Amino acid sequence: MSSEFEARGIGLWRGDRCLCRELSFDLGSGTILQLAGPNGVGKTSLIRTLAGIGRLDEGKVLWNGEDARRSAAYLSELIYIGHHNGLKAHLTPEENYAFYRTIAHRPTEVSAEQALMRCGIAGFKDRPVALLSMGQKRRAALARLLAARARLWLLDEPLASLDNDGVELVAGLLKTHVSAGGMAILVTHQPIAIAGVKLRQLELGQTA
Amino acid sequence: MDKHSWAWFHRFASPPYLYRVAGSLAPWFAWTAALLIGIGLYGGLWSSPPDYQQGDGFRIIYIHVPSAYLSMLCYSLLALASAVGLVWRLKLAHAVAAAAAPLGASFTLLALVTGSLWGKPMWGTFWVWDARLTSELILLFLYLGFIALSRAYEDSRSGDRASAVLALVGVVNLPIIHYSVVWWSSLHQGSTRFFGEDAQIAPSMLIPLLLMILGFTFLFGACLLKRVQVEVLTRERNAAWAMEVLR
Amino acid sequence: MSAPFGALLGRDIRLAYRRRGELAMPAIFFVLVTALFPLGLSPQPELLRSVGPGVVWVAALLAGLIGQQTLFKGDFDDGSLEQLTLCPMPLELVALARVASHWLTTGLPIVLLSPLMGLLMDYPGEAMGTLALSLFLGTAILSLLGAVGAALTVGLRQSGMLMPVLVLPLAVPVLIFGAQAAAQAARAEDPAGALYLLGAMMVLGISLAPFAIAAAVRVSLES
Repeated sequence: MSSEFEARGIGLWRGDRCLCRELSFDLGSGTILQLAGPNGVGKTSLIRTLAGIGRLDEGKVLWNGEDARRSAAYLSELIYIGHHNGLKAHLTPEENYAFYRTIAHRPTEVSAEQALMRCGIAGFKDRPVALLSMGQKRRAALARLLAARARLWLLDEPLASLDNDGVELVAGLLKTHVSAGGMAILVTHQPIAIAGVKLRQLELGQTA
Repeated sequence: MDKHSWAWFHRFASPPYLYRVAGSLAPWFAWTAALLIGIGLYGGLWSSPPDYQQGDGFRIIYIHVPSAYLSMLCYSLLALASAVGLVWRLKLAHAVAAAAAPLGASFTLLALVTGSLWGKPMWGTFWVWDARLTSELILLFLYLGFIALSRAYEDSRSGDRASAVLALVGVVNLPIIHYSVVWWSSLHQGSTRFFGEDAQIAPSMLIPLLLMILGFTFLFGACLLKRVQVEVLTRERNAAWAMEVLR
Repeated sequence: MSAPFGALLGRDIRLAYRRRGELAMPAIFFVLVTALFPLGLSPQPELLRSVGPGVVWVAALLAGLIGQQTLFKGDFDDGSLEQLTLCPMPLELVALARVASHWLTTGLPIVLLSPLMGLLMDYPGEAMGTLALSLFLGTAILSLLGAVGAALTVGLRQSGMLMPVLVLPLAVPVLIFGAQAAAQAARAEDPAGALYLLGAMMVLGISLAPFAIAAAVRVSLES
């Protein structure tokens, strides 16, 4: 089976510290990879680098065998939800969603109303994000997963500040994504069970 | 493009190699500089006659002109090294830029101080808003900005790349700044031409001046090589070869 | 390509409108700094007339720059900036859209207020158009330059005064040509030369600055 996504010999340095060296893994259709490891081991740096935002000091990220760095083919298949929500505090969840759907590579037909309903914050759609709770903000950020068609999801702590119901929401979203042939890389400490999907684990901090 | 034509590039990209080459070249530059500056100073301070208008005061040009010239040469080098570092992601090019910046700032400061000392007998005041002095002053701020920015970053690799972007913006702006200041300045002393039929400077002054310019260039080269050594060692302090050197 | 550009411009203008209290600050700062000069120097009309163009220009320069320190800060802190590097529009265009919306909301008010400041400085009424035109071109160039500085320093925890220190030396030509144009117009001389040079610098800025801003944003996000 050929893998669409491949990380080859990744090396990351932040300041004086080497976070990882010669890190290689690949990812094929229908798989989820969980990046694990203690705090400060460089999980966020790694996932930011895989998204093409963080600095790649050594190695390559490949998408279908081509260098993924600033490649439109890669970016159009990617949704990244980072540690920060990427929401404007003075806009409503609805406006934030609409904005991200307009600037998406391949937007879906899912309206803001439907997306926010799915994420359980339909009742707050016209309230400024600044007035929402942490968990509601996270849900509003996760709604972005419904705004664009993308094969690869990169999620940094998607479960942060979510309640049990929210964890189930993420599991449900991931299940739909994976069963449609998508793939995902997650950074999370909490265990997450997705029915019928096996989570691959990559423990950081051991290879380095 | 075969692999061999890049061999030299990769060799220079190796920190220990650059460290050794810089170390063995530096003494040659230093001795050449000492010789040239020695002859130039003798020619400039003893054997050439005083200027018929400016008396002995003009002799400060033997320091001022080489410093001013090097302040600009060094910024070009800084921008070139920055561009190489950004485009080819060559860390050592950033080390060269980081080594060059304080030297350039020093020569700029020297040019400013000698320029204003020269201005006292010439214009009767230590500072006039002469076009070239003003340009040097702005150049000094550009150097200081470069140094401040690269040190403000906690991650030195990002600091290198950020200051490199600034250096490139600066080098595009520098001609515009210079031209605008010349345009603005009314107290501007017409630039002196050193060569040609209507040469305004006597050969007995010109030859020591050229020797000083050449000597200063070698002095700059020697300082730069030593500073590059220090930069490379500092950046590679965790590497085995650097620990070997430092032991 | 134009839909994301418009969406970003629209988002920024909507955000600026929701925070319109803050929006007035650069304009108020501009008026205040201009008003300080007669207080610090002397209110004699001859003196004000001779220093007026320079004073209005320096005040506009400082107001513009100080307003711009936080140009990318909000987007950087809430994670929008990293999302914008992933969108289908080149980062250079993202930068241009940010600069455009920022100029519309802060640079333009300064331009519109400048005739009023000219009045305070006893600037001749018939030259007021040139003063505003020079500031129109000048604030646009300054926005582009300032954006480079803002992008270079956005990731720093303690940037403080760094951004103006980086940008002010680069802004010297704009100040020189802009203030010269305004001064020439006040003396009833032809300011065309200086204005053309400002225009040329604006063209150069629009074509080159987005690349520098984009490179600086990438560096700021990379660690």
